[in-house]
Amino acid sequence: MSTVLDLDRRAFIRATLVGGAALAFEAKMAIAATPGAKPVMMNAHIRIGADNSFIIGAQNPEVGQGIKTMLPMLIAEELDVDWAQVKIEQTLSDGKLYTGQIAGGSFATPNHFLPMRRIGAAARQMLVKAAAARLGVPEDQLTTGSGKVTHAASKRTLTYAQLAPDAAKVAAPDLATVPLKTPAQYKIIGKSHMGVDTSDIVAGRPLFGIDVSFPGMLYAAVECCPAYGGTITSYDEAAVKALPGVVAVVPINTSYNPKGANDAVAIIANSWWVANKAREALKPVWNDAEARKNSSARFAENAAELYKQAPGADILRRGDVDKALAGAAKKVTADYDYPFIGHANLEPQNCTALYKDGKVEFWAPSQAPERGRALVAEMMGIAPEAITINMTRIGGGFGRRLMNDYMAMSGQIAKAMPGKHVKLLFNRQDDMRHEFFRPGGWHSFEAGLDKDGKLIALKDHFVSYGADGKPIQAAGMGAGEFPGPLLSDICYCVSYMKTNVPTGFLRAPTSNAMAFVFHSFLDEVALAAGKDLPEFMRSILGEPRLIPAVQGQYGEFHTGRALGVINKVCEMSGWKGREGDGKSGGGKGRGFGFYYSHRGYFAEVVDITVRPGGAVHVDKVWVAGDVGNQIINPINAVHQVQGSVIDGIGQTLLGQVVTFVDGAGNRTNFHDYPLPRITNAPSDIVVEFVLSDNPPSGLGEPALPPVIPAIANAVFAATGKRLRSLPIVPANLA
Amino acid sequence: MATTLSINGKPRQVDVDQEKPLLWVLREDLNMVGTKFGCGMALCGCCTVHIDGRPTRSCITPISAVVGKQVTTIEHVATTPSGKKISDAWVELDVPQCGYCQAGQIMSASALLANTPKPTDAQIDQAMGGNICRCATYVRIRAAIKKAAGIEEGATA
Repeated sequence: MSTVLDLDRRAFIRATLVGGAALAFEAKMAIAATPGAKPVMMNAHIRIGADNSFIIGAQNPEVGQGIKTMLPMLIAEELDVDWAQVKIEQTLSDGKLYTGQIAGGSFATPNHFLPMRRIGAAARQMLVKAAAARLGVPEDQLTTGSGKVTHAASKRTLTYAQLAPDAAKVAAPDLATVPLKTPAQYKIIGKSHMGVDTSDIVAGRPLFGIDVSFPGMLYAAVECCPAYGGTITSYDEAAVKALPGVVAVVPINTSYNPKGANDAVAIIANSWWVANKAREALKPVWNDAEARKNSSARFAENAAELYKQAPGADILRRGDVDKALAGAAKKVTADYDYPFIGHANLEPQNCTALYKDGKVEFWAPSQAPERGRALVAEMMGIAPEAITINMTRIGGGFGRRLMNDYMAMSGQIAKAMPGKHVKLLFNRQDDMRHEFFRPGGWHSFEAGLDKDGKLIALKDHFVSYGADGKPIQAAGMGAGEFPGPLLSDICYCVSYMKTNVPTGFLRAPTSNAMAFVFHSFLDEVALAAGKDLPEFMRSILGEPRLIPAVQGQYGEFHTGRALGVINKVCEMSGWKGREGDGKSGGGKGRGFGFYYSHRGYFAEVVDITVRPGGAVHVDKVWVAGDVGNQIINPINAVHQVQGSVIDGIGQTLLGQVVTFVDGAGNRTNFHDYPLPRITNAPSDIVVEFVLSDNPPSGLGEPALPPVIPAIANAVFAATGKRLRSLPIVPANLA
Repeated sequence: MATTLSINGKPRQVDVDQEKPLLWVLREDLNMVGTKFGCGMALCGCCTVHIDGRPTRSCITPISAVVGKQVTTIEHVATTPSGKKISDAWVELDVPQCGYCQAGQIMSASALLANTPKPTDAQIDQAMGGNICRCATYVRIRAAIKKAAGIEEGATA
């Protein structure tokens, strides 16, 4: 049984489930069609093959977070088919057809958990209606399962494939009211499912942006102005063009600068190796005198200057913090800081594009391809509708690919070579230097305790990057930073300095820095209060209750969920209170950290060894997390947490620092910007989830932040040294 | 000048600069893109292939250095006994996250197992220490190597 997708049918689909044409999905699905018979399209996410296979569209960018597996699981669950019957295809990026095609903020799980299930449930309901009409029985006498509709009383069964042509003509139900399964009815959700691309990855099959290939494809390497914000003065075009294999040399804009202010030169050749090597002959001269004035040394001077002045603005102010501090029985003060760091995706930034007849098609490893569409439209001066975006698998996101500079550059390069596919690829040095860095920052704390050791006042003066009273991208701080909303006398305030350094979101943005400073400092305050950190946290959190959101300030926070994971991780690790404080000897230490971000509550305990010479090794980690009432794909959930923890270990201990000299980042490759290796991985990372009566939320980020203060607190326990700067370097512990 | 290389047991002719690294010959001239580019300086291990059975970083290996030698890549490694065990274990434990580094990890792990059928934890660390996984799938990489080697979970050889 099959149906040819004719124009009427397209019109029908337009009018139904997704409120728009499903052509993007159709275009991709054509290649997956059963030979000799076209599948029936139920909606923009589901096509039913004549062999009763189910082609499910994965609509979000896959960066390793497992979303290409998980969103289709949700659809398949409610469609009521077996996972073995499912084939998964990545859809196009198309903001008119799909919502939320973005890998960022751990948003995909909370934002899509219901919508994806409703899409599956709606298709199932249409199939049941078609079966009821075919069999002449009421719908409520029909059951579904394994891609079939059964009428038990008459022992009749129809496959979804048999019903699909009729079902596709049934009016689509209202998505908001379509009935969904109860958790007890789940067959797919909550069971471990291997990544849909795992077998292809292991076999080395092409999946990633860098693997995109077309006959006659050209390759581009780019030389970008090292100092951010500079522009091109001149370069030796003739020398480069004279090299064998070089096809063209084209000035472009990285998108750091306003349109027209070109700051990079693309070399296009018949081989990327040739194009990249040809850069040696380019001899670019940059107009970068102003841009070169930016340096880390200058930022530090600016910060010292700003600390001599009154803070620029309040982030959160309540009560009278100065009065409360003046009346405190005990005060604790400390200054913390952390550096700029990068993303260091293992797949260097790349993008392939074809420009033809005023239209451009991309094969883009982007975490935010629809933002890429907008950027390209602006930079190239073409209509958003003239842009087609194919999503490739992505060799690591971590927030770097929320930015679409490579798409903007790739589009400009393709425009110079109409009718030819051109693949732009950064080399590692480009990737390290041409970044959107996690900004550094400084914090100056003052806390007050009453005579019973209760925290009564907290003040933080944050120095960050921004202008006109506003932070630049990813350089802000939230008013809800713990424990602000729980205190009656509190002040978080900020001063900003200007910078040309491009900044951006890094996995658990702001949280990865704030967790370190706040929860290391809280450990100091806890010590002054005569408590260990979990106990001190309990005294701040109080009774389990919801701290409501304050519009324009911060979101809601549940103290009970925080207590749940804190108590759980203490139980898992056998936490026995504050141990060591440098007196235990043997370089062993244990530390605790908690953090709430991206709707997830995480508490972590680490055991460390400080080796002779001061190098710190994390031996074992325990993690308790609360991300709601349902772990959707357990095998991946545990893995996301373990990866996050080791990522955090890298930020804390491996010397990840980007320093700016003459307006440019000074890190170039993995010898000067180290990433965790297997030798840095703990022997075990034990993960448990505390299920709470809340909707499921994401796991790409929230397990990362707490490990950073947990390590810093363990270092204190092991050595008695309180290290208030990231990264923690052996020289300070030797 | 045409050069004949032996890739995955078959002779392959390419007409490229003798200094062109094997990585780029595989990816650009032979359209075998399973071997990945990560750093270009033998620092990350993404580009690992076997040359006469030894794990080698193809990003810094000019093709002139591999003439007359047997090159094995990720596309073919599962036809070797240790490569098959490693690949199966990688799938069974669902080792990849983004997956970009995994070709290199599998090549290093396969070479380890071919020479050291029951590696110790220290031998695993040493053999795999040159391969970066940015997603940090190391807990599963260790477990998969042990599984492939028939070492019980939690045990050390």
